[in-house]
Amino acid sequence: MIEVQGLHKSFGAKHAVDNVSFSARDGEITGLLGPNGAGKTTTLRMLYTLMKPDAGSVRVDGRDAVLEPLAVRRTIGVLPDSRGIYKRLTARENIEYFAALQGMDEAATRSSCDALIATLGMQDIAGRRTEGFSQGERVKTAIARALVHAPRNVLLDEPTNGLDVMATRALRDFLRSLKAAGRCVLLSTHLMQEVAALCDRIVIIAHGRVVADGTPDELRALAGESQLEEAFVKLIGEAP
Amino acid sequence: MSAAGVVYWKEMRESLRDRRVLMNSLLLGPLLGPILFLVMMRLVVGRELEKAEQPLPVVVIGAERAPELVDALRQMGLEVKPPVADPELAVREQRIDLALRVAADFGAAWREGRPAEVEIIYDSSRREGGSDVDRLRGMLEGYSHRNGALRLLARGLSPGVATPLVVANRDTATPQARGALLFAMLPYMLVLTIFIGGLWLAIDSTAGERERQSLEPLLANPVPRDRILLGKLMATASFSTASLTLGLLAFLVVGQFMPTEQLGMSLALGPHFFAVALPVLVPLVLLLCIGQILIAAFARSVREAQTYLGLAQLVPIIPSIVLSILPVKAKLWMFAVPLLGQQLSIMRLLRAEPVPMLALALSAVVTLLAALLVFLVTRRVYESERLAIST
Repeated sequence: MIEVQGLHKSFGAKHAVDNVSFSARDGEITGLLGPNGAGKTTTLRMLYTLMKPDAGSVRVDGRDAVLEPLAVRRTIGVLPDSRGIYKRLTARENIEYFAALQGMDEAATRSSCDALIATLGMQDIAGRRTEGFSQGERVKTAIARALVHAPRNVLLDEPTNGLDVMATRALRDFLRSLKAAGRCVLLSTHLMQEVAALCDRIVIIAHGRVVADGTPDELRALAGESQLEEAFVKLIGEAP
Repeated sequence: MSAAGVVYWKEMRESLRDRRVLMNSLLLGPLLGPILFLVMMRLVVGRELEKAEQPLPVVVIGAERAPELVDALRQMGLEVKPPVADPELAVREQRIDLALRVAADFGAAWREGRPAEVEIIYDSSRREGGSDVDRLRGMLEGYSHRNGALRLLARGLSPGVATPLVVANRDTATPQARGALLFAMLPYMLVLTIFIGGLWLAIDSTAGERERQSLEPLLANPVPRDRILLGKLMATASFSTASLTLGLLAFLVVGQFMPTEQLGMSLALGPHFFAVALPVLVPLVLLLCIGQILIAAFARSVREAQTYLGLAQLVPIIPSIVLSILPVKAKLWMFAVPLLGQQLSIMRLLRAEPVPMLALALSAVVTLLAALLVFLVTRRVYESERLAIST
């Protein structure tokens, strides 16, 4: 469960995030939808405590992200915008490194790694050094290491960026399985189809502000459009 | 395992699999200094020895006016060259190195027992001619002295009458000390080895991870950033120490092939040097590694970090140059200056002089404190929001 209240963040004179509030519930997939440069990445960075908000609060499972950043980081798994993996380590070693940083013991690490490698279909590549991995293989590795500690909350910044159709489908299935397991999944995207196919709730951000928040049906009704894409364009256009 | 330990072992594992890191840290860094030294020593020593043994070619003008003098000079190793038209101009235009002119009235003056004149024509601003001029002057003075003594004897006087003062040169530089002068740059070579050993890991710890987009996910883990920094520092220092150890061993080996004995020198490049120099330099390893990490943390890219650190490598050469130009007497406080203290200690070790324990302890403590201070500064940089974000 992630609750965001009145979040602000400026870089110099630019208001990157301007009074953003929303919540992402357990057992749901919430989508942060907005055009490039709308403030999605900055918002997510404040959620996973890489940045401190100028004002407002972030609560993850009831914990304040500013006051208890380490505790919050233990309960979230993050696929950031930058998702570089270590190319001289094997895929499994990459995952194990993050498990160790999460403070997991050897047995827990092994069983969690095995489970993720099986779920993500990485059996063939797990023992290989990641140098020369395809984009899809790299994203799988990055997701596996982000989720190795079985976090209750999962944050993904543009998760399907650069993935082909098959990899995208596999990733969506995986996210649905997380939802089915009762996790709170929050993803950002600029792709209409993504939220339409996946999300239970949509938070539309433009110019650093929330311009709409609701289920896909509610948003269609709000904009008076039957197509979600039309609704999206209309809602963004209304932003100042 | 602690978080710092986790980071340390991951950095070590990754670096040990990187051929470029291994080449730079464990081969190029340690061997560069010793090999450069061997070549330099051979060149310098070879030239000195050659000069002392080879005949000295000198253009002599008016040789026919002083045949006895010229014969005597020939016996002392002078090679008489045919005269040139304008010797001053020839020297100025560097066509010849030096010339000897016998004055027109040389024969008459000699016969009458008056001081007979010869001129040495040379250009003192040309460095390589200096020792030749000294050799020629030495030959002439020797000839003059001998003949003066003979003239006194012929008049029934003791030659000692004309020599009220005898200046005897007693050079107190021990053979080791003379060798150490040539080795004034050796401490810098060792510092350079430390630098090169940790260079790649220091750059990779921030600028490299950021460029490969792996810093942001790393910092999303529930680990305080100073633990991550500590792990990276220890990995950098490990490579640096390995590089230094190999470099010292290489100097040990190369020391056996140094032609120091031909110059009547010896350098204490033995196992004792190795055993003391390594602990003397380890605090400096920590200081230089955290310094490198700090500098690299400010760089926006790997290339920029390489540029900054390339310039930083030149800073430790300053005490080397100062010490070789102004040979100061080592005072205790100098050992408290990082870099300078280690430099002085190494120089003393090379000269086989004892280094006071107090000086060694002072040097180590102050250097470690400086390393701690730089660590705290670097930690502040690590805590900043901008560290992870590349764009």
